[in-house]
Amino acid sequence: MSEPSTSQRRRPDEGGEPHDREEDRGVGTTALASPDVDGVDERQASLWGDAWAELRRKPFFWIGGVLAVFFLVMALFPALFARGADPRACSLANSSQPPSGAHWFGFDQLGCDYQAQVVYGARNSLQIGFTGVIGLLVVGVVVGALAGYFGGWVDSLLARITDVFYALPLILGALILLRVGPEARIFGQPVPIISERGPGAIALALVFFGWMTAMRLVRSQVIAIKSSDYVAAARALGAGPMRILVRHILPNAVAPVIVYATITVGALIAAEAALTYLGVGLQRPNFSWGLQISDGQNLLRTAPHLVLIPSAVLSLTVMAFVMMGDALRDALDPRQRS
Amino acid sequence: MGRYVARRLLLTIPVLIGASFLIFAMVYALPGDPIRALAGDRPLPAAVQAALRAEYNLDDPLLVQYGKYVLGLVQGDFGTDFSGRPVLQTISERLPVTATLTGVAIVFEIIIGIAAGVLAGLRRGSFFDNLVLVTTTLLVSIPVLVLGFVSQYVFGVRLGVVPVAGISEGLYSYLLPGLILAAISLAYVARLTRTSLADSLRADYVRTARAKGLDRRTVVVRHTLRNSLIPVVTFIGADIGSLLGGAIITESVFNIPGLGRAVFESVQRQEGAVVVGVITLLVFFFIFFNLVVDVLYAVLDPRIRYE
Repeated sequence: MSEPSTSQRRRPDEGGEPHDREEDRGVGTTALASPDVDGVDERQASLWGDAWAELRRKPFFWIGGVLAVFFLVMALFPALFARGADPRACSLANSSQPPSGAHWFGFDQLGCDYQAQVVYGARNSLQIGFTGVIGLLVVGVVVGALAGYFGGWVDSLLARITDVFYALPLILGALILLRVGPEARIFGQPVPIISERGPGAIALALVFFGWMTAMRLVRSQVIAIKSSDYVAAARALGAGPMRILVRHILPNAVAPVIVYATITVGALIAAEAALTYLGVGLQRPNFSWGLQISDGQNLLRTAPHLVLIPSAVLSLTVMAFVMMGDALRDALDPRQRS
Repeated sequence: MGRYVARRLLLTIPVLIGASFLIFAMVYALPGDPIRALAGDRPLPAAVQAALRAEYNLDDPLLVQYGKYVLGLVQGDFGTDFSGRPVLQTISERLPVTATLTGVAIVFEIIIGIAAGVLAGLRRGSFFDNLVLVTTTLLVSIPVLVLGFVSQYVFGVRLGVVPVAGISEGLYSYLLPGLILAAISLAYVARLTRTSLADSLRADYVRTARAKGLDRRTVVVRHTLRNSLIPVVTFIGADIGSLLGGAIITESVFNIPGLGRAVFESVQRQEGAVVVGVITLLVFFFIFFNLVVDVLYAVLDPRIRYE
C-alpha cells in the first residue's frame, strides 16, 4: 500500500510544535501551535465544551441519561417507586397473580408484590455495576499506562500478567471464585468482602477477572499516541515521562476509556444477572433481577410476567449505559463532527 | 517476524502456567471433601480414603500438587476425575460441541456484522444507518440470558422453527444458540466496521484517490475497506478465543453439552481436574488466537512494527 499514514502528517512549515489536524482541536498541544487560543486550560475546556454541545443534541444521550437517572433514583430511594408496597410483606394467597390496576407488576410465586421486588433489585445491580467499573478502571488505567508508556520489560511483565487474566473467561473465572470464595482462607482467616456473598463479592470477582480490557485499551492508546509527533516534540522540549504521560498522552487516551467505562457499567450489570442465574451470585433474601429471572423461568408458560418484567427492567438499565456510552463516543471524537 | 513469533510462542508458556496455577489454586480451595462426597451415604474405610487421597495427591501442599499436575500435563496427561474417567476423554467429547457453536457464531459475525457495518458506514445518517445503530444498541443491551430465553421461547416453543434445546438435530440445532452467542460481538463488529469505514472515508488518501478520478467502487473497496477492516479482522480473530470460553450462558440456556457446561458441572461436583484441564485448554486457544491476530495485524498494517 502506498498511502501515507492517516492522520499523523507532519507540517514542517509550522514554527512550534508539529501537530496534526485532530489534535489542534483537542488537548495536548501547546499554545504555540495555534495562536488564536491563549492558554492550555481554555483549550482543554473547549474539548469537553464541544463534546457537551454535541451531546446535548443527541437523543440517545437524553434517553440513556434519563433512564440512568431514573434507575439511580430507584436504587437510592426504592420506597418512592414501590407504591407503598413492602417487598417483604408477602401472602401466598396472591401467588403468581398477573399485573392488575392495584398491583402493576402483579405478584411473584411467594405472593410478594412484584413491583416492590423489582424496584428493590435496582440497588444491587447498580451498586455492582458502578463499584465494579470503578475498580477495574483503577487497575486497568494504571497498569495500561505504565505498560504502554515504558515498554520494554515493564510492558512484557505487565502484559504477561494481563494475558494470564485476559485469557481466563470472565464468567468462568468469576464462577469459580464466587463458588470458592465463602470457604476460602488466607492464613486461616476468611477473605473479607468475597466471603460475604453479597454485591461486594460479585463486584470484586468481576474486577478480578475483568480489568484487562481497560488495561489493553489504555495500553494501545498510549502506544499509538506515544509515537506521535507532538509527544516527540514535548519530549524534545524536555518534558519528563510523568508529564508526558499525564499531560499529553492520558488526556488523549481518556475518551475511549470513558466510553468503555460507561458501557461496561451495563455489561457488569448483565454479568451479575448471569452469575446469579448460574447460582453463584446473589442469594435470597437479596433482591436481584437475575434471581427473579431464574426463579421465574420455570413459570414462563403460566406466569410470563415473572420473567418478562425483570428481563425488561434489566435490559433497560443496561441499555441506559450503552446509549450514554455511544453518545459519548460520538461526542468525544472530534473527527466525527462534520 | 519469525523471531517475533518464536518469542511470542515461548512467552505463552508463562501465561499458560500462570493461568492454570490461578485456577488450580482456586479449585484447591473448593469447599468440601470430594472423596467423602464420592462415597455418598456409606462412609469409606479410612484405609481406602487414605489410598484415594494419595492417588489424587490430595494431602500434598498446593505447590506440590500443582507441580505433579503440570508434570503430567507436559506428558499429555490431563489426569482423571474422581470416578476414574480421563479428563482428556471429557474434553474430546465436549470440545467439538463448543467449537461448532463458536464456528456458527463467527460466521454470523462475519456475514451479518460486516455487511451491516459496511452499508451503514457508507451511508452515514441514512435510515439503514439509524436502523443498524438502534439494532446494535438493543443487541448489546439485552443480556444474553434474556435474549436466550426470549428467542428460545419465541422461535423454539411458539413458532417451532428451531429445536428448543439440545444438539440432537445436528448443525441445525446450533443455529439459534450460535446467533445468540454471536449477538453482542455481532453488534460490535457492525459498529466497528461502520466507524472504521467512516473514519477511513475522511482520510486524506481517500481524498487523493478520489481526486485522481478513481470511481467510488475502487475507492471504497481498494483504498478504504482494506484499511478499515483491519481492526474488524483482528476483533473477530480474538473473538474466536473469547467465544470458545464464553459460551457458558448460551450453553446453559440451550442445554448444550459444551466445555462451558463441563466447567460448570465440574465446579458443582468438585471435579478439580476437569475444571483445571478444560480452562487450561481454553486459555491455550485464547492465547493462540491472540497470537494469530497480533501477527495478522503486522501483516495487514505496515505501520505496526515488531522490533
